Amino acid sequence: MEILVCVKRVPDTAENEIEINSDGTDIERDDLVYSVNEWDNYAVEEAIQIRDKVGGSVTVVTVGDEESDEVLRREMAMGADKGIHVNDEALESTDGLGIAKALKAVVEKGSYDLILTGAQADDGCAQVGGMLAALLDLPYASLVNYIEVVDDKTLKIGREIEGGSQEISEISMPCVLSIQTGINEPRYVGIRGIRKVAGVDIPEMDLSELGLSEEEVAPRVKRLDYFVPEMGEGAEILEGDMEEIAEKLVELLKAKGGIK
Amino acid sequence: MEMALTPVAKISLLGISGAVFAVLIPLIGIGAFAYIMARRLIPLAKAQPDPRFDRVGERLKGLVKYWLGQYKHPRYLVAGIIHIVIFAGFLILSVRSISLVIIGFKPDFVFPGLGGFLGSIYDFLKDYAATFVFIACIVAAIRRGIFTPERYKVPEKYGKDHTFEALFVLGLISSLMIFESLYSASLVAAQYQAGLHPEYLPPLTIAWFFAKILKGAPRGLLQFLNTASYFAHDLTFFFFLCFLPFGKHFHVITSIFNVYFRKLDRGKVKPVRWGITEEELDELESFGVKYLEDFTWKHLLDFYTCVDCGRCADNCPANTVGRPLIPRFLTIKARDHIFKRFPVVGEISPREPLIGTIYEEDEIWSCTTCGACEEECPVLNEYIDKIVDLRRGMVDEGMVPQSLQKPLNALTKRGNPYGKMEKKRADWTKSLPEGIKVPVVGKKKQVETLFFVDSATSYDERLNEIARAVVQIMTVCEEDFGILGKAEKDSGHEVRRFGEEMLFQTLKEHNIDAILSSGASRIVTADPHAYNALKKDYEGIPPVEHISEYILRKIKEGRLRFKPIDDPTLVFTYHDPCYLGRHNLLYDVPRQVLDSIPGLKRVEMERCRDRSFCCGGGGLMLFYEPVEEQRMGQVRVRMADEVGANRIVVACPFCLVNLEDGVKTTGFEGKIQVMDLTELILKQLIIE
Repeated sequence: MEILVCVKRVPDTAENEIEINSDGTDIERDDLVYSVNEWDNYAVEEAIQIRDKVGGSVTVVTVGDEESDEVLRREMAMGADKGIHVNDEALESTDGLGIAKALKAVVEKGSYDLILTGAQADDGCAQVGGMLAALLDLPYASLVNYIEVVDDKTLKIGREIEGGSQEISEISMPCVLSIQTGINEPRYVGIRGIRKVAGVDIPEMDLSELGLSEEEVAPRVKRLDYFVPEMGEGAEILEGDMEEIAEKLVELLKAKGGIK
Repeated sequence: MEMALTPVAKISLLGISGAVFAVLIPLIGIGAFAYIMARRLIPLAKAQPDPRFDRVGERLKGLVKYWLGQYKHPRYLVAGIIHIVIFAGFLILSVRSISLVIIGFKPDFVFPGLGGFLGSIYDFLKDYAATFVFIACIVAAIRRGIFTPERYKVPEKYGKDHTFEALFVLGLISSLMIFESLYSASLVAAQYQAGLHPEYLPPLTIAWFFAKILKGAPRGLLQFLNTASYFAHDLTFFFFLCFLPFGKHFHVITSIFNVYFRKLDRGKVKPVRWGITEEELDELESFGVKYLEDFTWKHLLDFYTCVDCGRCADNCPANTVGRPLIPRFLTIKARDHIFKRFPVVGEISPREPLIGTIYEEDEIWSCTTCGACEEECPVLNEYIDKIVDLRRGMVDEGMVPQSLQKPLNALTKRGNPYGKMEKKRADWTKSLPEGIKVPVVGKKKQVETLFFVDSATSYDERLNEIARAVVQIMTVCEEDFGILGKAEKDSGHEVRRFGEEMLFQTLKEHNIDAILSSGASRIVTADPHAYNALKKDYEGIPPVEHISEYILRKIKEGRLRFKPIDDPTLVFTYHDPCYLGRHNLLYDVPRQVLDSIPGLKRVEMERCRDRSFCCGGGGLMLFYEPVEEQRMGQVRVRMADEVGANRIVVACPFCLVNLEDGVKTTGFEGKIQVMDLTELILKQLIIE
């Protein structure tokens, strides 16, 4: 099975303290560390597991600047076979649709049975997967947390729906799936793994190679503002001894629908 | 000497001379034994190198202490004494057994050197040795079979109980003692009857009893008993010899080698592969232990040598709290695996990955590397290096639980497991008392003493107190000191012990550069893990002191003086951190510091010093989510309560965290208080 996984380099929310810059147009990026978007990492792991079971190859693609090369290498250290780096200045200010168009062009240059994206990105809007499927006119399922290969044309996929129930569907390939975290346990990639793929050649493509013009990827959604919301009312502190607190907490959770 | 009985060599059995049998049995026995041993050596030959042929003097000293002297045995008194008796008996009787084998075909053989007076002393000793061994076997059998200690039990998933094998071997040993004594006694009885000079039998020995019983027996019976016990001894002896390499009694042969080739440097972790430099690491195809052959030959010898005594498991904190790790079975499972893959008869089977077949991932992550198992092992088996090697293999294959991936990624990116920003590493200095400042050192600012803080103490709010206490103590001592600030990264102590060697190397290189550029001539740290890393894992840096050593030195110099403890209800106990105690042998220094505070009442927990019970582990272990029934910290706090202590003093940030958690979750809050040594010192310090 030929699988393409779309990945993105994002500021690592777990390792950063996010602050807004002084003119309020973006976050303060000087002290940030970046990593591969968490959802994408699960998608790559899933792709590798499918490949190991039924054969084929896994290609990872990213749209991003020079630095994005590092997430491709990380995912290749994980086990992806090939990387494609889409890098064009015009794409730096684009929106979700622009990214989806670029990815569509990449998909059309190859021949893929399955295209995976993360369900969303730490800094994103959870839109590229759906747009990509629509642009390609392919079947799409989102928030997938289970994949079973039925035959070389069909997949059985699952997703968790609100309230914790599991829904299982059948989908025919080629198709696009957006992957939810928890679908697997992504393997660890150490410095050693990354060093092993440091020398691997990753082809870089710009808009012209993809057959796209700057106008086609110009953003149609424009960001206006960026701010940290005002702090709301203080938290409620439960008082009493351990048992009373536990009792009150259970009541509260029931009242708010946290437990049934 | 005139003989009342026909010697074995001259007797005729089925028309064949007894000497023929007496030659054939040892020949076959030794042949079979040599073959079995050659087969057992195959896995060792396929295993990884391990240079243990150095430091002969030190090794011989250890051999005398731990093998001949049975140094570790009395830690379990009853079992220890029984073993020492059997061991000493074996040493004495080995000479007799060899003589006996030769006498079968060379009746007048006398062991070289045992002809005259020495021989008489030896004969006297060996009869008592046989008797004591026999008694020890009976006591051991009763103990093993009836009052079985808890630690000998075999959990269902690890297979069958080992009692049968133990009793069978005790039976073999007892038989050897009986046959040997019967052989001597039948001859003595016959000599006596014939009015010939009989061999002297020391009173109350087995042989002496037999001789009394056989005094009036007919000569024919005595001749039969003499010949029969001879061959019974011969057969049992060689059967036993060939049986040894099939189970836990292999140690009878291997322990002498195991002890000689023991690990000499405590606290150190073996390199990824011996003979490969750090620069060459990138060229290695595979890291760590994934298959049996990835262990070093010495580690396989450890598996052969395990006596199945269960002392490691009995002391293992992971096992105590119900984590899926029992050090004893880490070894036994490996030994069973070797025996299965490399059978004495039949084909060697192909290699299989160890994780997923004999070991589980959680089992290998459960270890806190506290070293309690190694401290206890009578044959000095190693565990930490094997665990680290297995983890290196798992890290290389990407098998790392998500709970550990996060801190490892943070360490890669930020140099601390919390993922906090580098520039905030020294933020704890902002809330020091008025007038106290800590310079951040580097090329521009040089100091004499560098305070290496490490990640936990730098970033954890509670642990910041330790850092601030150290600074205030050093300020009182008018020390010329500073910290590295954001130039410091995690010491990598746990990174290495959790198998992420390349990340450790990166952290180490960075820190060595930063330390050297500080110009310091001494490093002080309050974290035993950092202490151990800087001391054992780093090279080319100034000498390192733990804060307890520094404080004791300053007390002796008269620079630190303390107010007395005025509350008479306070009872202190000191908890030995694994990496200060067992791994660095600093047991007395912190105790001396405590005892220099006037009026401080101190008690010892039952498990203290080299038997200290791990708090739950430090560094990355704080992030790991183990499968367990209770926390080590909870167990430890109850141990303190048992001896009536209401103040637990630790000398390690992680012990502080884990034991404070233990106090909160066991209902001892308000009754027991945990504090770091530095906090107590600061509180009692007289500041002029």
